[in-house]
Amino acid sequence: MQKDNFPLFKWMDNYWYLLNWISSRARTVMSRMAVLSSSWVYGDSFHCSPFSGLTNSFVGFSRNWPNPNATRRSKNMESHLRLLPSVKRNQIWRPNASSCSLELAQELTCYKVENMGKTDEDQDLFDEMKQRFLSFKKQKYLEDLEHFQALAEAQYPKFMVIACADSRVCPSNILGFQPGEAFMIRNVANLVPPLEHGPSETNAALEFAVNTLEVENILVIGHSSCGGIQALMSMQDDVDSRSFLEKWVINGKSAKFRAKAEAAHSSFDQQCTHCEKESINRSLLNLLTYPWIRERVRKELLCIHGGYYDFLNCSFEKWTLDLKGSSIEGGRYSFKDHAFWY
Amino acid sequence: MGSLEEAIEGLKKFLSNKDDVAVAQIEKLITGLQETDLNEFDPVKRILEGFQHFKINKFDKYPELYEKLAEGQWPKFLVFACSDSRVCPSHILDFQPGEAFMVRNIANMVPAFDKLKYSGVGAAIEYAVSVLEVQNILVIGHSRCGGIKRLMTHPEDNSAPFDFIDEWVKIGLPAKVKVQAEFGDLPLEDQCKHCEKESVKLSLCNLETYPYVQMGLANKKLRLMGGYYDFVHGKFELLEFEPRFRHLFST
Repeated sequence: MQKDNFPLFKWMDNYWYLLNWISSRARTVMSRMAVLSSSWVYGDSFHCSPFSGLTNSFVGFSRNWPNPNATRRSKNMESHLRLLPSVKRNQIWRPNASSCSLELAQELTCYKVENMGKTDEDQDLFDEMKQRFLSFKKQKYLEDLEHFQALAEAQYPKFMVIACADSRVCPSNILGFQPGEAFMIRNVANLVPPLEHGPSETNAALEFAVNTLEVENILVIGHSSCGGIQALMSMQDDVDSRSFLEKWVINGKSAKFRAKAEAAHSSFDQQCTHCEKESINRSLLNLLTYPWIRERVRKELLCIHGGYYDFLNCSFEKWTLDLKGSSIEGGRYSFKDHAFWY
Repeated sequence: MGSLEEAIEGLKKFLSNKDDVAVAQIEKLITGLQETDLNEFDPVKRILEGFQHFKINKFDKYPELYEKLAEGQWPKFLVFACSDSRVCPSHILDFQPGEAFMVRNIANMVPAFDKLKYSGVGAAIEYAVSVLEVQNILVIGHSRCGGIKRLMTHPEDNSAPFDFIDEWVKIGLPAKVKVQAEFGDLPLEDQCKHCEKESVKLSLCNLETYPYVQMGLANKKLRLMGGYYDFVHGKFELLEFEPRFRHLFST
């Protein structure tokens, strides 16, 4: 729905606007050719994370926004790390979901928000969020205003990315996608359900990205130590009542069967790793169950890639689906252009 | 979308302009564009460069942090944001690895609790609230949202239905009805803006229908917030949603 006609005709009498738009498009094009420079990639702004359990308090602290080429380390980071407990793989908890009245939701649509008294910690949190946005605005948005103004008119991402909701694997961080580059779905365990499972948020986003935005690449990114895959591997197959989590991750059950079969003599952790990668492949095959995706892949207008981020070793593995050697019915997939970066 | 050739042709039309500064700028742009071949965009190269930059500038620089993150995650936030390429919260609110469990879908919608449907969203909420025990849930809407525009215009515009998009965005129907009732006389663009914000509020209300969210609110361990990113004007709004009962009287 954001597709825009070439604005030459719409803005003919405002050539400065057009100049800025074309300039912005040209820079987007040229930046793809260049090695990522500090003007495009986020600089070394990260010190530590007040918004994670690495600290025991909401208290924000002043964040420095250094020159991208400078190397800084937060003096607070060491103290935060001392507060960390040692943890194993996340355990899966099965909640007792009690029934809930849906009428409540309808009544609440008229709810008004009032100002309540805030604690100091609350205020620090809100101040931190405000400062973060203002820093983004100053250092990115205003620094590249032409580009952001052009983006405000329309988006032309080259990528559609499907990644896990895990807080550690945002593709904007690990692959440096900048505003405008990647249309993104994030769900638990980066799963793509097949067509026959019916409408979902994932295929709604696919429909928009492929048919309206006409992205050229779909990238499904899995990762190590995925809690969703662990839940899939842990769940019992014959149990009827399931939590939301299990109802969702069951979309990956064929990957589970394959992983258990192929890594039968491995440890549970190794089987999970196997399943994490199998699940990506299964999702890539499931993409082909959508005829409008298959058609574009066949016409070479669209490429489908899998990616695996291992945050233990900081490595990234990537492969591209080869349509000719793949079969949905046979559950068979063939790949090309495999790469491993570390 | 304008092609490279259209862009160059468009630029050449302005070369007759007598403004020297503009002419110099245009000539420079044309040269740059002509040296560029769009077909050479290499998605693999783009991903590799992005990953290398992350590894060198983040992962290798903060080994203790990433070592701890490899063991587990303790995000304080569950964030719902739109899939739109322009609004990633890792940019606009600078969320770093480990900070925010993040769900992204069309129009950043949270449907009401339904045991049979929407297991994807339910799974994310269940995992974030019950297992990860996040303390904040933040739903971020944004300007010029294509999903909201679709909600507001279809089926009244008699456009062909989408198989999946329409089924998804209809979650926002109560917001559409409310906006049309209050602001039905405004232009579509303004109505859409109101609906973008109203949809965030609706999603916050829908969050409250999830049992684990109710428990978290009752125990004061969970906070619900709504955000709105206006990328047209470079602005961000934040509000907190505190469902509560106010005792009126008893006899």
